[in-house]
Amino acid sequence: MIVMGFETSCDETGVGIVRMTGEGPELLANEVASSVEQHARFGGVVPEVASRAHLHAIVPAVRRALATAGITGRDVDVVAVTAGPGLAGALLVGVAAAKAYATAWDVPLYGVNHLAAHVAVDTLQHGPLPPALALLVSGGHSSLLDVPDLAGPITPIGATIDDAAGEAFDKVARLLGLPFPGGPHIDRVARDGDPDAIAFPRGLTGPRDASFDFSFSGLKTAVARHVEALERAGTPIPVADVAASFQEAVTDVLTAKAVRAARERGMDTLLLGGGVAANSRLRAMAEERCAAAGITLRVPRPGLCTDNGAMVAALGAHLAAAGAAPSPLDLPADSSMPVTEVLVSA
Amino acid sequence: MLVLAIDTATPAVTTGVVTVTGDGVEVRSSRVEINTRKHAELLMPLVLQACSDAGAALRDMDAFVVGAGPGPFTGLRVGMVTAAALGDALGRPVHGVCTLDAIAADCPTGEPLLVVTDARRREVYWAAYDEAGRRVDGPHVEAPASLTRRAGGYVAAGGMAAVLGRPVVGPESPSPGGLVAVAAEALRAGIIPGPLEPLYLRRPDAVEPTGRKRVTAG
Ligand SMILES: [Zn+2]
Repeated sequence: MIVMGFETSCDETGVGIVRMTGEGPELLANEVASSVEQHARFGGVVPEVASRAHLHAIVPAVRRALATAGITGRDVDVVAVTAGPGLAGALLVGVAAAKAYATAWDVPLYGVNHLAAHVAVDTLQHGPLPPALALLVSGGHSSLLDVPDLAGPITPIGATIDDAAGEAFDKVARLLGLPFPGGPHIDRVARDGDPDAIAFPRGLTGPRDASFDFSFSGLKTAVARHVEALERAGTPIPVADVAASFQEAVTDVLTAKAVRAARERGMDTLLLGGGVAANSRLRAMAEERCAAAGITLRVPRPGLCTDNGAMVAALGAHLAAAGAAPSPLDLPADSSMPVTEVLVSA
Repeated sequence: MLVLAIDTATPAVTTGVVTVTGDGVEVRSSRVEINTRKHAELLMPLVLQACSDAGAALRDMDAFVVGAGPGPFTGLRVGMVTAAALGDALGRPVHGVCTLDAIAADCPTGEPLLVVTDARRREVYWAAYDEAGRRVDGPHVEAPASLTRRAGGYVAAGGMAAVLGRPVVGPESPSPGGLVAVAAEALRAGIIPGPLEPLYLRRPDAVEPTGRKRVTAG
């Protein structure tokens, strides 16, 4: 069974192809066209710019993916597409394209949840996934999920109450005069800094904050205050130290909550996903803390962590293999699709 | 030659199957639903209904014709990406036509015509046509008041035609027959269409940040 997956929930136009066998999904192609450079001067993703870019990029991405996989459209058995959550206008381009390809090829269509796809992608690299706790962090999401089974319902156990983790990276990067997107630049600059130089606050980690929710808005403001105080005093900003201390605060909260959640729920596997999972400090700290807690850590390689079509194809493959009923042709794009809904059913 | 037409640049979701003959077009089926918010949900089911009404399958289509706007962006893209994907999946050409031209194609000739559709934000999309039905100005986006001042002597069509206060002689949205009529010559000649270009006529709303906001006073 060959599955093509479409992903257009934010600024990446992704088309991926996987082959599903008895052993699980195997990656055949993963074409991603990013409009990130068009957003850079705005300091964040502009929805209309992203939607326009998707319209231009999607058919060429399909052609490249088919060529890379060495197949034709006639070989595709299932089409899967991100139905939500994400930017409404951006999602619509992928959903409309997927409907058209599925109808023209006369194959079933699965409208799936973007967050569940971030989890499913790991099976392309590391094989079958046991029941796991997933920590998904990117410019758009910061979620802790209980995933007993890829094809089954997912229980959200924590999420950001304000900014997404990746958003905090972008905003702090801007404060420090670093380019958009901020994540890779903070990561790079922080390598020369002291993570303990400044004691930035850890949001929602007090003794009364037992929940698994996150808050990064206060941290972002604390960094801004610190930088502004230095500017007023005419002191040069220790960019590396600020970046390292900020990054330390984010990764400390993320990994502490994820490991505690895994322990409390009796999960022995933690899966890291989303664009921020490419952050080297987050990976290192997650490894340390998982090892100490006897938890197996799974992190897909960076190209599979950021938004892509292969993750959607992987989830579609698991759903189709489990015999799930396809989505109807009047499938809507749902910008606020809850993670409890893995698949849009008729 | 069997052609499937699609347009989502107006409040209508329009599709239908049209035969291009040696000297005209014959509409085999037409499915139109007015709904400004559900273009993406409605379009593919309507396409399949239009095919079945015409007793044809999608793969029987020799070409696709799609309205390239101007129109509200999100809805416009639904039709364009659908046509582009259908054409790519089946290996058939996809011709983009100006949606206002397709409305004009359904109007009588003999008098100068303005086609005017809703651009939201208190503006309209418009184009002007001469007595022979040839587009001579536009498409543009503009406030209706300034267009109305220049509308003397014209007849009107399109969803916002009434704002001009001139005789309305054509439909509010394009028909499958009108869409295909605009592309008929290119279809008969077997011309390979260029890449689809949506007629946005407006830049994306986005402002470049100027200096950052301070969180502390002073
Ligand atoms: Zn994502």
